[in-house]
Amino acid sequence: MSKRKIPFYIISLIVVVSLAVSIKNVAESWQLQRELARAQSVAGEAAQQAGPQITPENSHTVEYRKFPFVGSRVAVWVIAELHLMFAAFVLAVPMFALIIELIGYYTKDKRYDHLAYEFTKLLSTSFSFTASLGALLTFMLIIYYPKLTTYLIAIFSPTFLPYVLLFFAEAGFLYAYYYGWGKFSPKVHIALGVALNLVGTTIMFIANAWLTFMNTPAGINESGGLLSVWGAITNFTWMPINIHRLIANVAFGGSIAAAYGAYKFLGARSEEEKAHYDWMGYVGNFIAIAALLPLPFAGYWLGKEIYAYSQSLGIVLMGGTFSWLFIIQAVLIGNLFLAANYYLWVSMERIEGAQRFRKFIKYLLASITVCFIVWATPHSLVATVEEARRMGGSHHPMLGVLGVMSAKNTAVNILILTTYISFLLYRRGNREATVSWAKLGNTVQFLIFAVVVSFVVFLGVYGYFVEAKVRIGLSVPQVLSVLFAMISVTVIDIFMFKNAKSIGPIRWGKIPARAQYALFFLAVTFTWLMGLMGYVRAGLRQHWHVYGVMQDTSPDAFTPTLGFASGVVSVTVLIFFTFIAIVFWLSGLSGKKDWEAGTGKTAPSKGGLDLAEEGQS
Amino acid sequence: MNYLVLAPIVLVMIALRFTRLNILGWLAVWWIAAYLAISYGIEPPLPSSIIGMFMGIVTLALLAYLTVRTDDMNFVKRAAIRFLTDKKYTLPLALTVIALPLLAAFNVYLDAAKAPQPPAAGRTVHPPPPTEITFKGKKIDLVNGVNPYRELQAEDPEAFRAHLANGRKVYFQNCVFCHGDNMEGKGLFAHAFDPLPANFQDPTTIAMLQETYLFWRIAKGAPGLPEESTPWASAMPAWEHFLSEEEIWDVILFMYEYTGHKPREKEEVH
Repeated sequence: MSKRKIPFYIISLIVVVSLAVSIKNVAESWQLQRELARAQSVAGEAAQQAGPQITPENSHTVEYRKFPFVGSRVAVWVIAELHLMFAAFVLAVPMFALIIELIGYYTKDKRYDHLAYEFTKLLSTSFSFTASLGALLTFMLIIYYPKLTTYLIAIFSPTFLPYVLLFFAEAGFLYAYYYGWGKFSPKVHIALGVALNLVGTTIMFIANAWLTFMNTPAGINESGGLLSVWGAITNFTWMPINIHRLIANVAFGGSIAAAYGAYKFLGARSEEEKAHYDWMGYVGNFIAIAALLPLPFAGYWLGKEIYAYSQSLGIVLMGGTFSWLFIIQAVLIGNLFLAANYYLWVSMERIEGAQRFRKFIKYLLASITVCFIVWATPHSLVATVEEARRMGGSHHPMLGVLGVMSAKNTAVNILILTTYISFLLYRRGNREATVSWAKLGNTVQFLIFAVVVSFVVFLGVYGYFVEAKVRIGLSVPQVLSVLFAMISVTVIDIFMFKNAKSIGPIRWGKIPARAQYALFFLAVTFTWLMGLMGYVRAGLRQHWHVYGVMQDTSPDAFTPTLGFASGVVSVTVLIFFTFIAIVFWLSGLSGKKDWEAGTGKTAPSKGGLDLAEEGQS
Repeated sequence: MNYLVLAPIVLVMIALRFTRLNILGWLAVWWIAAYLAISYGIEPPLPSSIIGMFMGIVTLALLAYLTVRTDDMNFVKRAAIRFLTDKKYTLPLALTVIALPLLAAFNVYLDAAKAPQPPAAGRTVHPPPPTEITFKGKKIDLVNGVNPYRELQAEDPEAFRAHLANGRKVYFQNCVFCHGDNMEGKGLFAHAFDPLPANFQDPTTIAMLQETYLFWRIAKGAPGLPEESTPWASAMPAWEHFLSEEEIWDVILFMYEYTGHKPREKEEVH
């Protein structure tokens, strides 16, 4: 066994063991859930079995059908999540592929064009997966939830034909964009990319209307009858979800593309390949983290709108049944930020001159750790009776205050600023400002950070002394001040480092392998987070298909335990990555040589890249 | 805060700043300091679940620091290999191999030696309310409803004060025994309950909630808690059997007045 292959087998082993453990856990948990559900539904099922045979006359009376073994809910849940993950990827990649292509077009740097094409190569297979999973989901909804599907069709029927037509248009633009690479003039190709993005985003907006309607229905009368299709589309959480998904898709897509770069880096045989895929991983990660930074703000807006729509939904979401999932979310996001910063710090090793910034790493790490702790601290602590008595209740007098939004918002804002500072140091790695006002510029940047951090902390503390409405409003100046800091510091930095002196090269490809594993970790964590938060958004309705309008009367009309839900999401994530591995493998086939008759095997690959002439290294 | 514990930790950390310790020693000191500060430096002590979580994060951060620099990582790798292969470390290695299971066994002993008690469990503190409830045959809208006497605060202060006085009477006749005379959840009966009664002075309890939520909790008590997120383990009586609607709204007014908190208002949907 060659040394190069060890990580692949280790990863395979980990995946297989994780899959086995997850399936075992889910199976055990599932058995328990099913027993509970069976107890609840035994009467209903008996009635169903004893009921009349389905005929054309009474076919509309079927409300549910049962999916074998795992039940209808879990089956639809897994397929919907897989469809969503692929759809997110397929929508996100064209966005940043186009941006990278545009950078290449304006800078005349061929590397960017090549990178954009490399990203686009992942799209073709992913698009087929998305479409297949979408079709499967539609069939499953029609088969297993006919009544709900009929109702949603009644509300949204005018949107279905445009959706399908747009899907055709997307297929056309996507394949023209991919296969037309280098075949059209750059302007025509860029126009194709713009059209692809516009169509893709519109498709997502339409689908978002269907699912957000189920959470926060609008455009209907008290009995659920349709009053306005536009009203149903523009329901209360439609735009927050649109914005949140748009940003999240980019973060997710970037992380998967970075994982692809990492995968190719670890298997690269030449220095050129390593340099290219190191760079690809870096760009993917940059995109992911750049999109991650504003994501908490979009999520907060969504949560606020849910609370505003209904106190009940808001409390179920943040303070009630699903609140513990937000602790898991905090742990995962804390890990995301930690891993993203870690990647940047390790990456500095390949930048000549970045050693001078190493001394700052411990302070950045301390800031991330403290913010991570604050974000992950629950409001009511898990405690034994004895521990609770010592604390005087389930809220710790000191830590209890960290469990509410004032503290969380403060932590996340500082976490974002810390990550931004890591980016700033990375960017400055091998450069030295030559402008006469460099010292003043640094001082002003430092002051901006100091003032903004103090302001964010002040508002966080002040939030405890004002009423809820004011406290919630304080998140806006917190966010704006952080955005101000990031924009103003970036502007100063751009001017300060114009014509900067280079103190050494960036040695692309000379990066430790552990940085690439950090990219895998980021991709898996993003995906897991998407699955968990997707479950929260959908599960929020609890025993309603359409909240307050159509009740879920199926045997699955109960909220599963946290462990069971996490298990289902984990298995879904593993299935997704199995599919993604197939996508990666298929994407790599085009770089391989043709099969040679007589030898029974393919000729050895030269790696599919010839980057020396592009000045990659 | 337990300053007797925290002060020496801070002194050691300051001393560490002027000591030339290798990366392993440096990280070990930080880990131990964090453990001591989190476990013994905070009063009242944190539950073990939180200590575990915090230490998990600290350990992750220290591991990240250890592996950020290839030089540091190689130093640790070489040190570990030396410790495992160099003959001069045979005795310490043997002692380590023996000590590890002994430490695990000692930990098991400590756990087993503790007095039996119910296991720690995560609780959902805010039960999700229904959209409406029926109170003595009348529908109360929990989503869009308001305290009908709240508006008197601006329109008729005298009438408002009368409602507050009535709320005070209701509180001290019924609620004080569990929730306490200072509304901190330390009433005479409080120590018989698990979980303890809610502390209304805490800015993270009633200040976060709409008045309709409190109405629901007071009116329906433990029997009216939702089926999800069980067990709720609440001893709160359903006060709809003992109090009128007006008395409940009044006591809610009094709770906010007494604690100085303001109820959460229904937000506008954008």
